[in-house]
Amino acid sequence: MSQSGLAPQEISSRRSVIDTLELDVRLLGMLMAFAAVAVVFTIWTGGTFVGPRNVFNIAVQTVPVAIMACGMVFVIVARHIDLSVGSMLAMASAVMAMSQATWLPNLFGTEFGNPVVLGITILIGFAVGTGMGAITGWLVGYQRIPSFIVTLGGLFVWRNVNWFTTNGQSVSLTDPNLLMFGGTEGVLGATASWIFGLVASGFAVWGIFASRRNKQSHGFVVKPLWAEGVMAGLIVGAILFFVGWLSRYPIPEAKLKRLFEAKGEVMPEGYTAMHGVPISALILITVAVVMTVVARKTTFGRYIFAAGGNPDAAELSGINTRALTVKIFALMGFLCALAALIAQARLQSHGNDIGMLEELRVIAAAVIGGTALAGGVGTIYGAVLGALIMQSLQSGMAMVGVDTPFQNIVVGLVLIIAVWVDILYRKRLGLSK
Amino acid sequence: MTVNRSGTPLVELRDISISFGGIKAVDHVSVDLYPGEVVGLLGHNGAGKSTLIKCLSGAYKADSGQIRINGQEVEINNPRDARDLNIETIYQTLALADNLDAASNLFLGREIKRHGIVDDARMEAETRKIMGRLNPNFRKFNVPVSALSGGQRQSVAIARAVYFNARILIMDEPTAALGPHETQMVAELIQELKAQGLGIFLIEHDIHNVMKLCDRASVMKNGQLVGTVNVGEVTDDDILGMIILGKKPAHLAA
Repeated sequence: MSQSGLAPQEISSRRSVIDTLELDVRLLGMLMAFAAVAVVFTIWTGGTFVGPRNVFNIAVQTVPVAIMACGMVFVIVARHIDLSVGSMLAMASAVMAMSQATWLPNLFGTEFGNPVVLGITILIGFAVGTGMGAITGWLVGYQRIPSFIVTLGGLFVWRNVNWFTTNGQSVSLTDPNLLMFGGTEGVLGATASWIFGLVASGFAVWGIFASRRNKQSHGFVVKPLWAEGVMAGLIVGAILFFVGWLSRYPIPEAKLKRLFEAKGEVMPEGYTAMHGVPISALILITVAVVMTVVARKTTFGRYIFAAGGNPDAAELSGINTRALTVKIFALMGFLCALAALIAQARLQSHGNDIGMLEELRVIAAAVIGGTALAGGVGTIYGAVLGALIMQSLQSGMAMVGVDTPFQNIVVGLVLIIAVWVDILYRKRLGLSK
Repeated sequence: MTVNRSGTPLVELRDISISFGGIKAVDHVSVDLYPGEVVGLLGHNGAGKSTLIKCLSGAYKADSGQIRINGQEVEINNPRDARDLNIETIYQTLALADNLDAASNLFLGREIKRHGIVDDARMEAETRKIMGRLNPNFRKFNVPVSALSGGQRQSVAIARAVYFNARILIMDEPTAALGPHETQMVAELIQELKAQGLGIFLIEHDIHNVMKLCDRASVMKNGQLVGTVNVGEVTDDDILGMIILGKKPAHLAA
């Protein structure tokens, strides 16, 4: 695949191991940056930073931005931008909050916590999100208004339609079924987490070797078996480390007691339970995997990259680039609604300022993750990693007592430096673009 | 080799007009093309050759006029319609997505799929096959086409046009960016495709290539058709005269 835009070529022989593994050098750079952040803050905090509790928190806090960043990759790769994602998140959140707390219970006369109400609420939220995105896409694709303008307008419009939807009031959300999506209240527990980890590892290994078989069946040169083994080992190791670590984060005793009392039972003496993988992280992983498959293995994804690389070529190849634009923005809107569900569940309320300035974080995550604003180049895993790096930086700085303004200054500088390093690296490779 | 023009033409462009903001880029032009024939389109820059041909490839829609394929009137609203009629185009700009590899470009818009998933390995295998025929030295299958030389990029664009069993091929200055050796390769390819019965519109500036490759030449000036001549019956000076003066040579005008 060529979607990284950087096929390693004419690289000196000391890079041969990287070549053999067919590692994306940019991914390697991001992983090292991430590792550097982790090591510095681990030392600085005396180990608390990589403790299960903080890893869990970072995972949960990263989710909404990372989900939206996945969609933003497609938008930016297609040479567009979406400045309205924070406002679309707020709008979807407002509609879902009102549906669940007021509209649907009044309409059906249902009791609090009715799962059908929540189900319909989520469907409405997704429809509203997708609809907002589709409107943007139609204005950009069919009416040829620059996406910067349409979504800058959308930023104002949706933020304030959101205000009218709730009359400017916050809506408290306490349905336990909803809170499942938020993180701390919705976890798999240790056993299910391990099962998930093993199944995911199995799929990863199967994927690597299925692709190898397919290449071999056409007689192409493939990596040596040991290289495939190393890659599979690294991926499985990362999955199991993540799962194992989160499965060591115990749920506080007081909360367990409450949970038992809620079911009308008494907690047995010495009972413990672990958090494991939060459901919201599971949703993010699903989104990232599906979006990666879409990007690489479907015509939809292929056309997005083609349109970003050369819009005229895409059009002349018979691709309906206008409809493509609508689909890209509709998908972005859907992901905003999904992020809204998770964000409001985590905050246990809908507030007017939900998702405020989130568009900038989402774009920053995609760009730190190697998505080029010129279009045609970007990866989903890069964007997720970009979101993770930003959240880790902020979390780490907060832990060591850095003031919020200074945190934002650092995040801003990191954004610039990440792109700068990328440009320098491309210059050295002679890939100026 | 003579072209049999007794049957129905493969392509008839009848009275095509298109204007942009009041300027008539193509003004009531009619040309046709028979199977196994190469028709050269000549004229100064801005004469309207590329614009005329884009009405056939679906990039533009003519304001008025008819397009007939095998005698059937057709409507070509976009590049998809043209492709469905087995009309393939090699654009002057090549129209390649620089960030994708050769196989992705070759199959762009017509990917080979397996269970709804694009089959990259199979597309690469097919690309290797056709490139082995067109340009046996081509090796760079796994890099974006931005990393290819001008000639290599050209061969990807040509491969894309011939892979899908084109019946009508439009080539917009296919040799403009090529060296002598590669130009010769394109010339041989044109002869081969012609022998297979394809009809080819060739936009070309080099008068020697026109004399060598084309059966007929249609000359345009200021959006209008100056005339169409059998290349075998004229000299290169005659054709140059048509391009520059905008009228047919005296001995053919009758």
